[in-house]
Amino acid sequence: MRGNPAFIYISIIVGLVLQIIPMPAQADLYRPDWLLLILCYWAMALPNRVSVGVAGVTGVILDLLYGTALGVHSFALAVPIFIVATNYQRMRNQSILQLAITIGILSFIYHLIIYWLQFWLTSIEFRFIYLWPSVTSVLLWPWLFWLLRRFRRRFKVA
Amino acid sequence: MNEVFPRGFSLLTRFIIVLIFSVAAMFVDTKVESVSTLRAYLTSLVSPLQYIADMPGAVLSWSASRFTSRQQLLEDNEALTERITLMSAQLQRFRILEEENKKLRRLLDAPIKQEVRKMIAELMAVDNNPYSHQIVINKGAIDGVFEGQSVLDESGIVGQVMEVGTTNSRVLLISDVTHAIPSRISRNNVTVIVSGLGQLNELALEHVPHSTDIKVGDILISSGLGNVFVEGYPVAEVSEIIRDESQPFAQVSVKPLAKLDRIKYLLLLWPEEINEAAENNGLNQSTNNSDEINDVSGENQNER
Repeated sequence: MRGNPAFIYISIIVGLVLQIIPMPAQADLYRPDWLLLILCYWAMALPNRVSVGVAGVTGVILDLLYGTALGVHSFALAVPIFIVATNYQRMRNQSILQLAITIGILSFIYHLIIYWLQFWLTSIEFRFIYLWPSVTSVLLWPWLFWLLRRFRRRFKVA
Repeated sequence: MNEVFPRGFSLLTRFIIVLIFSVAAMFVDTKVESVSTLRAYLTSLVSPLQYIADMPGAVLSWSASRFTSRQQLLEDNEALTERITLMSAQLQRFRILEEENKKLRRLLDAPIKQEVRKMIAELMAVDNNPYSHQIVINKGAIDGVFEGQSVLDESGIVGQVMEVGTTNSRVLLISDVTHAIPSRISRNNVTVIVSGLGQLNELALEHVPHSTDIKVGDILISSGLGNVFVEGYPVAEVSEIIRDESQPFAQVSVKPLAKLDRIKYLLLLWPEEINEAAENNGLNQSTNNSDEINDVSGENQNER
């Protein structure tokens, strides 16, 4: 079955824009990890299309957009995506609630890696508010999952 | 075909390749200076994404400017005219003072200070790394922006250019934890270093002995030491001094004069050497076109 992979790349580009779109300072702390969620969905649904390689490249683009040292986000995205890519069959069978918890843990790992790498490069102080995005990501996940699955079926992405 | 790595590598191998690549990239990016041109090139490649992210804000401000009422415009116009009149009166006095200063400097055989070339830049509404204080502005290499350039707003120094792309560049604010700016107290020329704390409304002075002559309300101006910042622009104002003798140094907290939390329009400065070079090439100082600079210098080289 040959499908159309263009939608995968469009969704990743949309994710990148959502990561850098300006938000009011109060809401900025709660910005969900759009890119991580989108990559997780595709790594779970189409592991042969999207995996650690795509995560690495998108991570570098995010580094360029954020002005962080190159490689910080590619490292941080590659680890959770590797976990998804090795366990995608198990994750497909999880209920929506279980999956949301799994995503929360993955997002937690992602933020912890970014924090560690940033700490190593430019010593920053840890604050628990840095972990708020994990919570919003969990809340966002069911809706994003539903949306992306609809698009995948509608446009026969494979 | 659509995979970044060819089939055949196992998932684990690919994962390890990505990790090694990331760590190598981080190391090279932070420790090796010469890759900044590569980075600038890559940044220019991804800048369309920044323009897309900037679009909603740009559309909003565009429509806001379209739909301002006539009354509002008239009021603005009046206020601005008033301000211009006041400022030009002040400027006239400055001109006389400048002439006088030049004459006095000539008498002393001191080098005459050149006027600095300036350009207005605008903030691009894109979000950045939350762990660092950076902004993106809409001027880049094609406008002659260079790395380390001083960036100001109407009341003081904002920061320095950190990365130059083709059409936009990234500015590191003076409030970033990794940033420090050599300054002096305008009252008595005591040199200090103003470093960022990661807070927009507070900066710190480090290693200030208890005996230093410094008071609350002192204005700190850039000293130009270190050859990064242009000399003589206001940086911060001293807001609090705690002289606790049990501590090795006095604790001084200062407030940045630039409004770092409400940046919209910024001023880019070209320091004197570049300016002089441009002047030697017979270039009008007010020209903002970098292409012209290149053309003129090219012609001069040909003549030689």
